Amino acid sequence: MLINHALKELMEVEEVSENVLQVHLNGLLQINDKIALKEITRQLNLENVVGDKVFGSFAENLSFLLEALKRGDRSSSCPVIFILDEFDLFAHHKNQTLLYNLFDISQSAQTPLAVIGLTCRLDILELLEKRVKSRFSHRQIHLMNSFGFPQYLKIFKEQLSLPAEFPDKIFTEKWNENVQCLTEDRSVREVLQKHFNVSKNLRSLHMLLMLALNRVTTSHPFVTAADLMEANQLCSMDSKANIVHGLSVLEICLIIAMKHLNDIYEEEPFNFQMVYNEFQKFVQRKAHSVYNFEKPVVMKAFEHLQQLELIRPMERTSVNTQREYQLMKLLLDNTQIMNALQKYPNCPTDVRQWATSSLSWL
Amino acid sequence: MPHLENVVLCRESQVSILQSLFGERHHFSFPSIFIYGHTASGKTYVTQTLLKTLELPHVFMNCVECFTSRLLLEQILNKLNHLRSSEGGCSTHITCETFNDFVRLFKQITKAESLKDQTVYIVLDKAEYLRDMEANLLPGFLRLQELTDRNVTVLFLSEIVWEKFRPNTGCFEPFVLYFPDYSIGNLQKILSHDHPPEYSADFYAAYINILLGVFYTVCRDLKELRHLAVLNFPKYCEPVVKGEANERDTRKLWRNIEPHLKRAMQTVYLREISSSQWEKVQKDDTDPAQLKGLSAYTHVELPYYSKFILIAAYLASYNPARTDKRFFLKHHGKIKKTSFLKKHEKITSLVTLQLLTLVGHDDQLDGPKYKCTVSLDFIRAIARTVNFDIIKYLYDFL
Repeated sequence: MLINHALKELMEVEEVSENVLQVHLNGLLQINDKIALKEITRQLNLENVVGDKVFGSFAENLSFLLEALKRGDRSSSCPVIFILDEFDLFAHHKNQTLLYNLFDISQSAQTPLAVIGLTCRLDILELLEKRVKSRFSHRQIHLMNSFGFPQYLKIFKEQLSLPAEFPDKIFTEKWNENVQCLTEDRSVREVLQKHFNVSKNLRSLHMLLMLALNRVTTSHPFVTAADLMEANQLCSMDSKANIVHGLSVLEICLIIAMKHLNDIYEEEPFNFQMVYNEFQKFVQRKAHSVYNFEKPVVMKAFEHLQQLELIRPMERTSVNTQREYQLMKLLLDNTQIMNALQKYPNCPTDVRQWATSSLSWL
Repeated sequence: MPHLENVVLCRESQVSILQSLFGERHHFSFPSIFIYGHTASGKTYVTQTLLKTLELPHVFMNCVECFTSRLLLEQILNKLNHLRSSEGGCSTHITCETFNDFVRLFKQITKAESLKDQTVYIVLDKAEYLRDMEANLLPGFLRLQELTDRNVTVLFLSEIVWEKFRPNTGCFEPFVLYFPDYSIGNLQKILSHDHPPEYSADFYAAYINILLGVFYTVCRDLKELRHLAVLNFPKYCEPVVKGEANERDTRKLWRNIEPHLKRAMQTVYLREISSSQWEKVQKDDTDPAQLKGLSAYTHVELPYYSKFILIAAYLASYNPARTDKRFFLKHHGKIKKTSFLKKHEKITSLVTLQLLTLVGHDDQLDGPKYKCTVSLDFIRAIARTVNFDIIKYLYDFL
């Protein structure tokens, strides 16, 4: 966004807009140098581009591009600005040829070239090869969020207020007044403080506001503090607990059996047979015969848990071992399981008691 | 939207959230939305119905069907092409190999008049398979709005939670929406919705109640429950049809159907026998245990000597070596009788059936070692067919 803004300002200078060529590249799209090269020639509209197709092999294109760029000098040719988004992905290309060539040309007295790289990795210099790093001018601009909580509140207010250009003036006034009240409300401040403590990131603030704004309809035209609190709850939901909420009772019993195995054997991997034996210990107590299911039915429940990626095999499925004896690991920890059990609807009391203690009661 | 509520049951709040996210036709929506929930919780159905009812331009893709990036990208572009030239005329098939070309062609296609001012929706079902495709696809789709600079929103539908999708170096976080599982009341309501017109709604609701009572602790998947409901309903109606009971005689109906449902759990639920076989069972009233199952138990018809080789392998695998003499002196004769060549073929065929597996390296030419990979129940079934009491020979059962 910053780059686009700066470019827009630059383009407003008339000399610049007539002369400067821009090339925008993105690491997600151009995943190797060949594609990147084609994209550059396409964007610069060089002679080997007809319509959208670029002719020639990689070597030909590279030499043609380098010639075209090298032929100029600082006084007579068009300056080119290269903007490379997701710069760290470019550093993963083979031999970093593209980066090497671009930096090389920018350092020598040929076509005036500016290369701007955007990345979210701080250690980007370590990814560059020695020869590329030496040609880099080492000019880095760090954009860090260095504001404190009061400024965060101000940003919250600004983001939520309607701009003056909004067509309905009366509504704008009422809406902005409402936003002002919200900023002064204590529960709203608590929610924002919690959010701020977790992440200063503005995108997460946007997500929170988006969830709250979803509740605005014609019958509920203003955002209230309750909306924000609910939005906060939705944001900080544990998604695995939600998945556990939807499991059947048999699957919950299997998870509890795995939890007990983990407690006894200190997180050693287990297999289906061990879980089944532990489950049988529970079933064989007199009152629990209602859970006496056949082994294949229990196996189907176990496979469902595997499909949901709540348990995972230690190594890839091989033909050499039978399915029942493959070692697995549980991907939930004890607190998650106990919290999920609290919220589980219609949990039979004996299952819940079994979860808290694996000692047999007679 | 009243019409929508009749078609999509028990999902009002999710539908309203989606509708408020979509906004008006020309509004920019959130760039990516991630919907997760259990299987058969209505994610695909609700999304499809909503997009079709509101008549928004959309493309629906299944990532299991399009398992390579090229298939996925080409299909999206071709479907979009169909959308924009819906007046007819055969448009040429678009080819697209990389994500770069996809973005370029996408920008061209969405310049068309019919798509210009509206949000285009791309729905990727079974999105967990995207993680196994090329690494730039998932982050690329999350940012598609930014990369193409067009009004497009990508919806991801999956069973797996978002935390398992996130790439290591971070990405654009989508709006995460959870489709809760149906409660037992909701399940009852939805299942009772498709009652056949010949019977009253109450009668069917009572049947669904019984069905849920038997199966709810084991399975909450709506698709499976629906399948079981349809299969077992004729048996439930049998007393009424035969005139032995009327619709309100709940105890008689219960006594008739309960053992049948218990048997269903062991067979049809596990897909041990097919649904057509199950329907035959109901009509002829035969004992399902006599039926030839679909599983390996009865399906594998081994020749006589292969069965003995398998039994010998099982005993060799599970008995400690020093007890061999005790068990085997009498039977060795039987196996020695067959010629060596035939024994070798039979062993290879057992390996192909995955009943035996090769242990150790391939280069041990003079003595390949095998291991028996069948369960005790299976080997007992096999042994029974040759009248061999295997329990007598197993060390663990002495």
